[in-house]
Amino acid sequence: MAMTLTLSDSAAQGAQDAPHRRAVPVGAHVAIKGLSHAYRRHDGKVLDGIDFEIKAGEIVALLGRSGCGKSTLLHMLSGLTHPSEGEVVINGNRIHEPSPKWVMMFQAPSLFPWMTVAQNAALGLKFTRRNDQIAKRIPEILELVDLGAFADRNAQELSGGQQQRVALARSLAPKPEMLLLDEPFSALDAFTRRNLQRDVRQIARDLGLTLVLVTHDVGEAVRMADRVIVLKANPGRVFEDTVITLSEEERSGGSDEFQAEHSRLMNIYSQAADAPGEETETPNDFTQI
Amino acid sequence: MSDAVQLPSTILRIPRLGSARSLINALIGIAALMGVWWLGGFIVENDPDLYAFSDFAPAPTLERLWEMIVSGEVLTMSGPSLQRVGLGLLFAAAFGVPVGILIGRAPRIHEVTNVPFQFLRMISPLSWMPIAVMAFDTWDGAIVFLIAMAAVWPILFSTAAGVRRIDPAWLKVARNLGAGPLHLLGTVILPAIAVDVMQGIRLALGVAWVVLVPAEYLGVTSGLGFAINDARDTLDYSRLAATVVVIGVIGFALDAAIGQLVKKFNWVRAAAH
Ligand SMILES: Nc1ncnc2c1ncn2[C@@H]1O[C@H](COP(=O)(O)OP(=O)(O)O)[C@@H](O)[C@H]1O
Ligand SMILES: [Mg+2]
Repeated sequence: MAMTLTLSDSAAQGAQDAPHRRAVPVGAHVAIKGLSHAYRRHDGKVLDGIDFEIKAGEIVALLGRSGCGKSTLLHMLSGLTHPSEGEVVINGNRIHEPSPKWVMMFQAPSLFPWMTVAQNAALGLKFTRRNDQIAKRIPEILELVDLGAFADRNAQELSGGQQQRVALARSLAPKPEMLLLDEPFSALDAFTRRNLQRDVRQIARDLGLTLVLVTHDVGEAVRMADRVIVLKANPGRVFEDTVITLSEEERSGGSDEFQAEHSRLMNIYSQAADAPGEETETPNDFTQI
Repeated sequence: MSDAVQLPSTILRIPRLGSARSLINALIGIAALMGVWWLGGFIVENDPDLYAFSDFAPAPTLERLWEMIVSGEVLTMSGPSLQRVGLGLLFAAAFGVPVGILIGRAPRIHEVTNVPFQFLRMISPLSWMPIAVMAFDTWDGAIVFLIAMAAVWPILFSTAAGVRRIDPAWLKVARNLGAGPLHLLGTVILPAIAVDVMQGIRLALGVAWVVLVPAEYLGVTSGLGFAINDARDTLDYSRLAATVVVIGVIGFALDAAIGQLVKKFNWVRAAAH
């Protein structure tokens, strides 16, 4: 992985915005306040009374079994969906709409198949009228995700892991403050997935990005996150909020420390998954994704 | 890999011409057509009742065609026809593509317009003739209108179908990266549906070229349809048959040219899966 970071202008920009604790602080600060959500009038709440903060530059995993509302919560963070109740505040501003400052990544890379790798990666800069930066920034960013040699290839000619790297480059190119990942590696083979987990964590740390990762994979949470928020279902609530204290070496797996953290988290995850559901009153507003 | 780009499944694969085998097969087909033509001419020539029509046979026709090419007559008679078809297609696309996009994007509009449009589509374009003649000052205007009426439906429906096949994730990704409505149109929707629009135009051209000849029987004193009518009236059968050949050859060439465009706009790579 090419880790030569020539992205100093993004760091400088972040440093002006707010002084943070990371060495290269550009990440967004997030506060979720009293957030509840129901998709339809007579359905119960999917999310109920979610409250937590994410520090700038923190890497947080939202862990929970399928259907507990992780994706819904992530969509609220991105501004693509609005909560029925409560609010999401990023860097002090309540968010109402999506912004290239916080970019989502999904399981499917959803590249534009009529474009080259470089054109796909440049989309964010194009949409935000920064065409003048494309020539310098895109080769840099493709190098960062190890795709320097693939710039002019058609996006369809790449493997699944490479396509997901293009999606990562596409997300990083506009210099976001936060990445929101919704199980982005779950369709990849184990080897490719491990590499991406390591590289994405490394990139987020080096750039000082805030990273929110949705996963149902305990190992992924332990490998990638500084902090894990375990959710329970029906309705989605925070079950436990816990810090992962492993060093970078220990995260690669295999060590006793890793095993201990993995078992501890697996235990919490199972308790959350087994927690009984309950009836909820529906909130007043309704939105569809 | 299972997470390869999600592609709409119904894009037509374009057959690859150009291999030696397909060229030989194409030549066999052409030879068979010529054979049938020659046989027809032979029968006509040897039947006293039909002898007057013997100029329809390949030899007199091709001889006459050569004369018409050399004298520039082929150009003079096909120029106005090409112009009418071109204008008709242009108007059809100018209406069909935007309306097709609207219909593809908004299920409401689709539901409201579906019955009227399917109804109008089923009406033979030529049955608009009396209305066209009344509504337009010039014969040319009426003919362009008839061609546009024939051409608009394939373009409109093909465009709408293309828009409906757009992966919603593409739009979500673009919106998240800061795309406004114009970006969504220019960077996602139009490139995604370009091949569908071209396929619609290709179908539309086929219909338009067929409607052109009977439409040019009306009023006008130029064009391929007029030439056919004129040759019939003057019993000039070799000229009539040569004009038929010209119509077929131009139609074939136009279709092949648009086929190339379809190929160019088709972003599906066969090896992707
Ligand atoms: N667009 C939607 N409309 C209605 N219900 C939805 C929608 N999206 C998700 N849900 C429901 O909300 C709950 C949580 O879904 P989701 O946030 O996708 O969970 P997770 O990502 O944790 O698997 C599920 O019960 C799901 O059926
Ligand atoms: Mg999910």
